[in-house]
Amino acid sequence: MKLITAVVKPHRLDEIKEALQAFGVQGLTVTEASGYGRQRGHTEVYRGAEYTVDLVPKIRIEVLVEDEDAEQLIELVVKAARTGKIGDGKVWSVPVDTAVRVRTGERGPDAL
Amino acid sequence: MPPGITTLAADTPTLSAANTGFMLICTALVMLMTPALAFFYGGMVRVKSTLNMLMMSFISLGIVTILWVLYGFSVAFGTDSGGVVGWSGDYVGLSGIGITELWDGYTIPVYVFAAFQLMFAVLTPALISGALADRVKFTAWALFIALWVTIVYFPVAHWVWGAGGWLFEMGVIDFAGGTAVHINAGAAALGVILVIGKRVGFKKDPMRPHSLPLVMLGAGLLWFGWFGFNAGSWLGNDDGVGAVMFLNTQVATAAAMVAWLAYEKIRHGAFTTLGAASGAVAGLVAITPAGGSCSPLGAIAIGAVAGLLCAMAVGLKYKFGYDDSLDVVGVHLVGGVVGSLLVGFFATGGVQSDAKGLFYGGGLDQLGKQATGVFAVLAYSLIVSAVLAFALDKTMGMRVPEDDEVSGIDQVEHAETAYDFSGAGGGTGSRKAQPAAVAAHTAAGPAAAETKNTKVDA
Repeated sequence: MKLITAVVKPHRLDEIKEALQAFGVQGLTVTEASGYGRQRGHTEVYRGAEYTVDLVPKIRIEVLVEDEDAEQLIELVVKAARTGKIGDGKVWSVPVDTAVRVRTGERGPDAL
Repeated sequence: MPPGITTLAADTPTLSAANTGFMLICTALVMLMTPALAFFYGGMVRVKSTLNMLMMSFISLGIVTILWVLYGFSVAFGTDSGGVVGWSGDYVGLSGIGITELWDGYTIPVYVFAAFQLMFAVLTPALISGALADRVKFTAWALFIALWVTIVYFPVAHWVWGAGGWLFEMGVIDFAGGTAVHINAGAAALGVILVIGKRVGFKKDPMRPHSLPLVMLGAGLLWFGWFGFNAGSWLGNDDGVGAVMFLNTQVATAAAMVAWLAYEKIRHGAFTTLGAASGAVAGLVAITPAGGSCSPLGAIAIGAVAGLLCAMAVGLKYKFGYDDSLDVVGVHLVGGVVGSLLVGFFATGGVQSDAKGLFYGGGLDQLGKQATGVFAVLAYSLIVSAVLAFALDKTMGMRVPEDDEVSGIDQVEHAETAYDFSGAGGGTGSRKAQPAAVAAHTAAGPAAAETKNTKVDA
C-alpha cells in the first residue's frame, strides 16, 4: 500500500475529490494546513505596520491506496490540483506497512 | 461641561423629568463604552491575550464604581480647595444627598449627575489599558487603576469640570472630556509604557490583530455610546446645545474615518477595516472637547485633521521605539490634543459659550487657554502615572514573567482560553473532579467496563 499526500490550494479540493471518486477511491482525509514553498507569502498592513505573512493557507489531502493504483492516482491528483500558477503545491507518496479498519479488524488492502 | 448654564424660565431650576430621563439613558450609553472599548482592544491583540485585554477594561467597572461612591465624586465635584481638589462631606459615600436634590444650577438630581460622571471615571483608566497589552500582572493593573483614579483622574476632573477648578475658572473649553478623559488617559499610557517597557518581540514578531470583526464591533458600540458621552455632557436639553453636540459627534467621526482611510490608501495601498475603526475613534476623541463650540462644517474640519494626524501618529512608536501596543497615545493623546487645540480655532462663539476662536475673529485668547489646559493635564498625568508605575514595578512588579508573556497571559492570569474551535475539545481533559465521583467510578471500575464491552460485542 501507499499513502498519497497532497498539499494543495484550498479551492482545488472539490476537483480532486471528484477525480478520486470517479476512480473509485472510497475515502480520504482532509486537514487545513498552512505553509510556504517558493511562492512565499503576502503582505498585510495594520495601522501602517507592514507584516509579511509567510504561511499561506493550504489543504492537506491524505489517501491510502493499493500499490498498483498509486502512480495513476498521483497523476489524477496533480491534474486536478493544477492551476498553472505559482503555489499549486506538492503531491508525494510513501510506502505503508499496515492498515487496519477499526470496526472490523480487516487488514491490508481489505481495509482500504 | 458647560460654564454657566442658562436656565430658561426662573432663577431656581426645578427637576425636569425629561432631562432626568434623557440623562439616565445617556448614563447607560456611556456605561456601554467600557465593554465596547474592551472589544475594540480585545480584537486587536493576539489570541493568547484576548481575555486579559477584555478584563483590563471590565475590572475598571468594578473598582472605579466603588471608589467613586466612596470618595471619587467628592474629590471631583465637592467644594473646591484652591482650584485643585474638591471635598464635600455629603458626597462621601454619596450618603448626604437628598433624592430630589438638584445638581447646582441644573434640572437633574445630584444622583443622576453622579451616576453619569461615574461612567466617565470608569472609562478613562480603561482607555490606558490598550497601551499595556499582553504583559501586565492583573493585580498590579487593578491596584494601578485604584491609585490612578485617586491621584490623577478625580483631581483632573475637578480642574476641568468642577466649580472652582482652576482650568474651569480660566475658561478652558472641554465639553465632554478631551483633556480630562483622552489626553489624561493617553498621557498616562505613555508614562506607564516608558517605565514598563516593550512587549517581548516588539518590532520583531508579527503582532496582528486576531479579530478585526471584534474591533469593528467595539468601534461601532463606542460610536453609539459616545452620543451619550457627548450630548449628555450638557446635562439637559433646554437650549439645543446638546443637540448641536450630538450632530457634531456624528459629523466629525465620519470625516475622521474618511480621512484616515484616504491617508492609508495613498500611503499603504489599501482601505483597512482597522483604519476605519481607528479613524472613527480618532474623530470621536477630537470632537469630544470641541463639538459644543463649533459648527457642523467646523466639525468636518476637526474630524478630518484628527483622522489624518492620528493616522500619521500611530507610526511614531516604531520610529521612537516605545511600545504603545494598541495606539492609545497615537489615537487618544494625539486626538485629544488636536480636538482641544482646534477649539481655539473653530469656536464660533454662538453655541456653548460666547468664546470665539481664531477663525471667528476671537484672536489667540481662547487658543492660549486651550493650550494651557492641554499642557497642564498632559504633563501632570504623564509624570504622576510614570512615578506610579515605577513605584508599583519596584514593589510588586508590573509585568508578568517573560515565559508567561510569550506563552500567553490569559492562561496565567485568568486560567482560561478565549476560543475553542476544535471539534475534539481542544485537548481539554475531564473536569478536575469531585473526589466522590472518582472514588465511585474506581470502585465500580473493572466490572462496569467489562459489562459495557460485552454489550458492544453482542
